Amino acid sequence: MTVPDEAAAPSEREGAVATAEPPPRRDLAQLWVCGFLAVLGVLVIVDASRLAGFTASNDPIGPKPVPVILGILLFAVAAFYTLDVLRGGRGEAENGEDDGNFDWRTIGLLCAVFIANALLIDWLGWVISGSLLFWGAGVVLGSRRYLLTLAAAVALGLATFYGFAIGLGVGLPAGILQGIL
Amino acid sequence: MDNLNALMDGFAAILTPGNLLIALIGVTIGTAVGVLPGLGTAMAVALLLPVTYGMEPTQAFIMFGGIFYGGMYGGSTTSILLNTPGQSSSVVTVLEGFKMAKNGRGGQALATAAIGSFVAGTIATLALVFVTPVTVQFAITLGAPDYFAIMVLALVATASVLGSSRVRGFASLLVGLVIGTIGIDAVTGQQRLTYGVAELASGVDVIIVAVGIFAVGEALWTAARLKTDAGSVIPVGKVWMGKSDWKRSWGPWLRGSALGFPFGAVPAGGAELPTFLSYITERRFSKHKEEFGNGAIEGVAGPEAANNASAAGTMVPMLALGLPVNATAAVMLAAFQNYGIQPGPLLFEKQSALVWTLIASLFVGNLLLLVLNLPLIPVWVKLLRIPKPYLYAGILFFASMGAYAVNAQPFDLFLLLTLGLVGLAMRRFGLPVLPLIVGLILGPMAERQGRMSLQLSGGDLTGLIGGPTSWTIYAIIALIALWPLVGLIKRRAARDRVAVAA
Repeated sequence: MTVPDEAAAPSEREGAVATAEPPPRRDLAQLWVCGFLAVLGVLVIVDASRLAGFTASNDPIGPKPVPVILGILLFAVAAFYTLDVLRGGRGEAENGEDDGNFDWRTIGLLCAVFIANALLIDWLGWVISGSLLFWGAGVVLGSRRYLLTLAAAVALGLATFYGFAIGLGVGLPAGILQGIL
Repeated sequence: MDNLNALMDGFAAILTPGNLLIALIGVTIGTAVGVLPGLGTAMAVALLLPVTYGMEPTQAFIMFGGIFYGGMYGGSTTSILLNTPGQSSSVVTVLEGFKMAKNGRGGQALATAAIGSFVAGTIATLALVFVTPVTVQFAITLGAPDYFAIMVLALVATASVLGSSRVRGFASLLVGLVIGTIGIDAVTGQQRLTYGVAELASGVDVIIVAVGIFAVGEALWTAARLKTDAGSVIPVGKVWMGKSDWKRSWGPWLRGSALGFPFGAVPAGGAELPTFLSYITERRFSKHKEEFGNGAIEGVAGPEAANNASAAGTMVPMLALGLPVNATAAVMLAAFQNYGIQPGPLLFEKQSALVWTLIASLFVGNLLLLVLNLPLIPVWVKLLRIPKPYLYAGILFFASMGAYAVNAQPFDLFLLLTLGLVGLAMRRFGLPVLPLIVGLILGPMAERQGRMSLQLSGGDLTGLIGGPTSWTIYAIIALIALWPLVGLIKRRAARDRVAVAA
């Protein structure tokens, strides 16, 4: 019984600290999270309503109640979250340094590189697509020594393929290099 | 004595050249990944999980024990030399460790962290040997309703006790629970939340979620803020400890171990609290109070010991109840499930040899770390100089490899990216990650136990309340839930008093 007491105490203390220093201004971008939670709630409820009320002697409640409860809780949390955001609440910033600097271009390019790998992996094989992933990500993240990065990428691709796929039996595709590697 | 015999068998199993080599590899790559800035232990274990896919369970878990302790150890190096904690449990180490490094005592800080980790790891693993079977004895008396209650407690506790904002904790938890619901319902075979996507029918693999949220999310988050400066690494001198360092370290090691283990073993105890408590304790007990804040060795020795002891403590509920209480344990549980092994009280009967080999491998890994790493620290420090573009490109590379290797389908890579973006958003908006992972793993287990309880009672809701154990647990849950009200009332009272005084 004493354990949650002790465990709960600091969270209360942290809460007190958080309220002690007033946030400079409301971070309304957080409302996207509330929106996301509400949409997720709708998705869960819609899917649950589709489920037949499947009950059997060995399963009196069936698969339906859990998603329904989750959906309701999602709406509730979305509502409380919205309230919290409007009252100026914010989460703990990771590493304590949030300068609001957010580079969408880099994220977009990284996603593109990532998707390219997902599309190409079965066709080109891991060695080529993985190398492209490493090289692309490295360049997007600011590496300017293109050839060196490429060499590192190919070395990593080959090393992981031989080490993991052939050495340890991890399932990586050879792709068009089948028979060569 | 049975346990000690079983442990000896475990040692016998691990002390073969092949298995020792595997332990060595595990310790080495665990440390290497743990040293890399921004990578916590959980992330190291998740990223390295695919390495073990092709192995036998025993070998895989020997490697896991090594990765686990190696990752923890590596994290302390980053904190001390780079002023960037790889995970929340290393935050306290930074306070004094980085100062020590700045004062040219980096070698001593690393040494006390390494030896302290070894001492604490050994004590705590010994405690694990004795405490786990007792917990199992207790666990086999529990029925489905009790398990359901314990799991609900773990879920509520991780969402509300850790972190500063309850509503964000619960939001994260719910997202995890929803992801856990995706797939074919085990009892009725109905598809839930798949929306017709065939690849989702078998559910979303925990590894993909863990790698996506931890690794890809972290890489994207760093990329988004473009902090490409490598950070200055402080040169380490010789890694050794003088007589006075030893004298000042052993007390904090022992106290840290004593604080860390019990906190690790309870749901939502975690490593943050004991490391913090250990720091405060050492500051209070120290004869060198003036050094605190300027690099006191006690402030590194204590928290690092507490950190490691708590890590061993988390193995108790993980092995005995199948209950993950931190992110690393959650990923390890996923690894067990990958091999079709369900941790819990039956594990000790059914897979006794495997469990004791795992525990023995923790001892061995711990020792290997000490003998291997004290001389190798300068080599690990070199890893800190890897340019950020390579580091994060490498994380994306290994994350993709691991995710693809789970089911060999490109669909998982899209899933991984989506989850990475979720992880990115969670970091941007300050949502804790742990409740999501714990919810994902415990949610389906809790649902199964809940439905089993109701099956026994024929659908009557009273079936969810079993014996005294579940009553006690529900009382604790109520306490946790009502705790903010207590704070509110206190604050109200304080405000009234102020008003009266005015």
